[in-house]
Amino acid sequence: MVATTIDVRDVAKSFGSNPVLKQINLRLPAGQIMGLIGPSGAGKTTLVKAILGMEKVDAGTTTVLGTQMPNRQVMQRIGYMAQSDALYEDLTARENIRFFAELMSVPKPQLAGAIDHVAQVVNLTDALDRRVAAYSGGMKRRLSLAIALVQDPELLILDEPTVGIDPELRQQIWAELYQLKAQGKAVLVTTHVMDEAERCDYLMLIREGIALAQGTPQQLEQDYAVSTIEQVFLKAGRLQDESHSDL
Amino acid sequence: MRVIAIFKRVLREMLRDKRTLALMFIAPLFILTLMFFLFNTSSDTVAKIGVSNVDTTVVKAIKNKHVKIQHYGTQATAKDQVREDNLAAFIKQRRGKLTVTYQNSQPGDSALVRQALQDGLTKIKVQALVAATQTQKKALQQQAKVLKTLVAQQQQLAAARGTSQTGAPMTKSQQTHVSAPTNYQVTSHYLYGSADSTFFDTFLPILLGFFVFFFVFLISGISLLNERTTGTLTRLLATPIRRGEIITGYLMGYGLFALIQTVITVTFALTVFQIHMIGSVWLILLINFLLALVALSMGIFVSTFANSEFQMMQFIPILVIPQVFFSGLIPVDQMANWLQWIAHIFPLYYGGNALMNVATRGVGLSGIAFELIVLVLFATLFTTLNVVGMKRYRRV
Ligand SMILES: Nc1ncnc2c1ncn2[C@@H]1O[C@H](COP(=O)(O)OP(=O)(O)OP(=O)(O)O)[C@@H](O)[C@H]1O
Ligand SMILES: [Mg+2]
Repeated sequence: MVATTIDVRDVAKSFGSNPVLKQINLRLPAGQIMGLIGPSGAGKTTLVKAILGMEKVDAGTTTVLGTQMPNRQVMQRIGYMAQSDALYEDLTARENIRFFAELMSVPKPQLAGAIDHVAQVVNLTDALDRRVAAYSGGMKRRLSLAIALVQDPELLILDEPTVGIDPELRQQIWAELYQLKAQGKAVLVTTHVMDEAERCDYLMLIREGIALAQGTPQQLEQDYAVSTIEQVFLKAGRLQDESHSDL
Repeated sequence: MRVIAIFKRVLREMLRDKRTLALMFIAPLFILTLMFFLFNTSSDTVAKIGVSNVDTTVVKAIKNKHVKIQHYGTQATAKDQVREDNLAAFIKQRRGKLTVTYQNSQPGDSALVRQALQDGLTKIKVQALVAATQTQKKALQQQAKVLKTLVAQQQQLAAARGTSQTGAPMTKSQQTHVSAPTNYQVTSHYLYGSADSTFFDTFLPILLGFFVFFFVFLISGISLLNERTTGTLTRLLATPIRRGEIITGYLMGYGLFALIQTVITVTFALTVFQIHMIGSVWLILLINFLLALVALSMGIFVSTFANSEFQMMQFIPILVIPQVFFSGLIPVDQMANWLQWIAHIFPLYYGGNALMNVATRGVGLSGIAFELIVLVLFATLFTTLNVVGMKRYRRV
């Protein structure tokens, strides 16, 4: 049996009187890429943060790599890329990666090699010694991804990793994700790009805090009797709105 | 190891930011220089001195281009004349005793008078000494002449007898009179403040403490604020780092800069302005380091209540400026009772006290132990609050 990397059970969360997550269940086995899709404000980032233990949940539990969250030690085995870039602008890209690698306890002898490798994956090798303040938006995004990859984690949690990244580089990044998957690593990725959603092994559509639909892309397309994930997205939303007005 | 990573990053960021670096290291020197000239003798001010019944030799000796002498009758009292005629000082003589009353509301003027008086009295002593040595010299010359004739006589005698004789009886040497140098006894009074409450020498150690406190408070507070607003703090907490490790890394990084700042300012003051520091420089460094830790933990704590750098600046009039008043620049023991109580809640009160005691009174470690402990407690309190406060971002 394949090990479970993420196990979310009945998680609910509200900000004040605004319920953002309602009864979410999610299971991600190792060696799979799972996509979280849903309209803006649906609660994807909130769910990701709840999984990481960075957001307190009102009900339910999240377990990551066999440990109930929040847990400090498990963080070392998770590569996290936040939706907004959190980088030290006065430092160079190399210094940024090195800093986070040190925090993630990457052994010193492997440090230089690891930095070179991740820089190559995101195509930043030539700009590695430039200050982040002089980076473009897409470059910063790639640097954030490089930081998430640097400690060679068992689980990658990427919150909209390909925003502002050109198609060519996007291909390259997905190639890397497939390679990681082949090594038995798990990836959880949120996205608004439907062709990226098609590439996931498993999809979960969140809308208004509810896991509206989940399954493999093919399964979802069959269930909704449409031919693309984009149409699944739209149809599911329409159906949900209709059920509201029925009440 | 993670602490070291934070520490290295803080240093690196600081070194990149040349302006902040300059602010931290050069601004104190600039302010010190300004204060030095404000509080010390400037070449074109003249201090008025009132004299009553003082020897003319003394008055003549005191006189220089920085003081103006005004003569009063023997009945004149120091207090009244100083106030009426706005004198910097009033000197009264009774036999060999000089009583000096300083107005002391303008520290620079008091310094001028003190300087003039000291120079004058030294001049008198030197003159007396010179006179004395001259009489001695004359006497010695006379003795030498007598000796010469004696030796000549003896040589003649020896030649006659064929034997040499060394132990010739001395003729009675001439009595020489050496007059003792005129020694005036000086007692000083201060109408306002006291002798050591107004010196630049006294201000300096407190100022040092204030600089350290102010810059570390501001820079570390803003730095953590940036870390919070740019999201890097949340990102940091998505790594296995402990909350305490972040704070410790910050303490080490900014603590080091505070130490360097203190070393630069102390060295500057000691070498360029030749400030007298009686106590141990190491103690001064230790106190400033502790003050930096308090400022750092306070700055970080306060930054959680600010959402922008401008809001951080708004804490300066509330939290930093009042501390100046209670740091010892204004004598706390002359304040109203309730103000004295308020003084005790400010870290700079303890820091200033300790610095002044070490620098001007040469107090040792045991003498300032209480102040040091209080500073450590302040730092511990705020550090704990910071570590607990970070639970908002991650609960473990
Ligand atoms: N700290 C917070 N305080 C209050 N409300 C919040 C907070 N964070 C998120 N929310 C609310 O929770 C809801 C879900 O936000 P979330 O960031 O999870 O959306 P998302 O699905 O990631 O959207 P997007 O695709 O735009 O990134 C939104 O309505 C948002 O306003
Ligand atoms: Mg989001």
